[in-house]
Amino acid sequence: MRLSLVGISHHVAPVELRERVTLPLDRAASLARKLGDAVCLSTCNRTELYIAGEDHRPALSSLEELAGEPLQSVAYQMHDEAAAVHLFRVSAGLDSLVPGESEILGQVRDAYDAVRPGPFLDRVFRQALELGKRVRAETAIGESPASVPAAAAALAQQVFGDLTGRRVLLVGAGRIGELAAGSLSARGASIAYVANRSPDAARELAGRFGGEPISLAALPAKLGEVDVVLASTGAPATLIGAGDLPARHKRPLFFIDIAVPRDVDPAVADLDGCYLYDIDDLEAVVSETLAGRRTEAEHAERLVALEAQRFKEWRASLDVVPAIASLRARAEEIRAAELAKLAGLPDEERQTIDSVTSQILNKLLHLPTVRMKEAAARDAGREYADVVRDLFGLEDELG
Amino acid sequence: MAEALFWPALFAYGEAVLAYASPRFSRLGIWGVRIGWLAQTALLAVQAAGADGFPWASWAGSLNLFVWLVVGTYLIWGCRPNFRLLGLSVMPLVFALFVAARIGGGIESGDRSHYGNLFLVLHVGFVLAAFAGFTLAAGLAGLYLVEERRLKRRASDILRLKLPSLVVLERLTMRTIAVSLPLLTLGLAAGFVRLRERGGGVDALMAATIAAWAIYAAFLGLRPTGRSGAHLALAGFALVIVARIALAGTHF
Repeated sequence: MRLSLVGISHHVAPVELRERVTLPLDRAASLARKLGDAVCLSTCNRTELYIAGEDHRPALSSLEELAGEPLQSVAYQMHDEAAAVHLFRVSAGLDSLVPGESEILGQVRDAYDAVRPGPFLDRVFRQALELGKRVRAETAIGESPASVPAAAAALAQQVFGDLTGRRVLLVGAGRIGELAAGSLSARGASIAYVANRSPDAARELAGRFGGEPISLAALPAKLGEVDVVLASTGAPATLIGAGDLPARHKRPLFFIDIAVPRDVDPAVADLDGCYLYDIDDLEAVVSETLAGRRTEAEHAERLVALEAQRFKEWRASLDVVPAIASLRARAEEIRAAELAKLAGLPDEERQTIDSVTSQILNKLLHLPTVRMKEAAARDAGREYADVVRDLFGLEDELG
Repeated sequence: MAEALFWPALFAYGEAVLAYASPRFSRLGIWGVRIGWLAQTALLAVQAAGADGFPWASWAGSLNLFVWLVVGTYLIWGCRPNFRLLGLSVMPLVFALFVAARIGGGIESGDRSHYGNLFLVLHVGFVLAAFAGFTLAAGLAGLYLVEERRLKRRASDILRLKLPSLVVLERLTMRTIAVSLPLLTLGLAAGFVRLRERGGGVDALMAATIAAWAIYAAFLGLRPTGRSGAHLALAGFALVIVARIALAGTHF
């Protein structure tokens, strides 16, 4: 049995092409079933078809049909160990745009669950899913935030711990600001106020997060009521100065300033209990965490290599398993035929002979079985299997 | 027997000191702390079984008990990976004090003290338990200052080498002191009762302990936050160190 893979990903195909071949889960499962024993993994960054079998051309044709153009120049095609290693790296998050991102493991599981493939692909995918879990458990590859919005929220947690109930003042309605607000909100913080030059934009964003729209002029008055200030306007000068801050009794205040030019006066960072991170600081934090992820990725690659070796050994054993099964079946057939000739013996004696011959057979076949498996492990399984078939005349049975 | 238990405990504490130095081995460090603490618990049990009365009445003996209380209190939070730096600061101190206790004869069965057992249990036990709590509070306050400085300086590795959040450290420092101060109050009260009954003056160690009590009482009364709270907790601990180490010879 061969494992084949055909696919395109963010490494080789632009988004204009990827978006044409990206399929929702149900359509991906339908395509996989149409191809026989296959699994279709389709995400925003990749569409890959894993097939149990030699012929990958129908899979490539299906992708080309979706893309509406030939994909020979961009699609990758892999077989056997290379295809398995690719799947292992994908499920470990090592092939992702951001190394270690965790979403891909769930997507691999969904793709597998959607079709429940045959035994060969089932084994490969279960191995990949186990590896994905192991990589996340044994390495810190996915622990640190990998984007500016996620880093902003994680830094707020370094000040406040649990963000549940913490109040956020959103200054500006920019895209990154909105994403950072979403990240804070997802961790339990509430967006209390949204201040913006345009009242309509403030109202619209405040409505989305359940906050209150305010004018920029009202900013200083609200600084005493919040824990986090997230600024992302396009204003040409600072909007919040050190003098705007009211005396804050016993409560820290965390500023995230992702605007360029900056919205918050850097002097704010010198005030007791005030912490300020601008876009450069956040990017430095993200860069550092990504460097950490790359270090952890080396550890994860070693785990992938171990699994690749296991896959290789297992697949090699598939070359000899049918021959071993045929050999044992032939031996058992001969033994049963000889026992049938002893029909006249008392039951007790027949049982004794049955037991003794069965033990002889097992002992006789034990060493050849072990030797064939050993040969399979060093890539000589097919030759050994052919010799055994030839010596014991097993070809007909296999056919 | 006590000697045979001292070495495994010391070895385990030493292993924890080394293991905490690397994030990869911090789990091994936690196991070193646990195993060392269990060995030291057995050591204290052997001392208690073999002694004719309260076995930790001497300076070195009380140091042995103090180390055990510090590690026991540390184990309440120390098992969390985020508190690795706390272990990195507390365990070398524990190791050094344990060695000092051994050199001072603190792991031998003590002679019978001229003090009553109940008084010693109340006075020494409560005061040492409080000091152990203050040691942990100082570790947490130190950790707060480190994390606060990293946030102020916008250290780019702040999310790679994660510490507990400022709010959590502040809360734990406050709680630890809130539990420890009543214990110190009870221990001091037992000492004053005896002082009143038997007579005697206030020595330097007692004065330092009373000053520490005043600082921690002020801490709980004022509830300072931020750096000032951490500094006050460390100031109180400085007096604990003076009382525990420098002035110990004036009291026992």
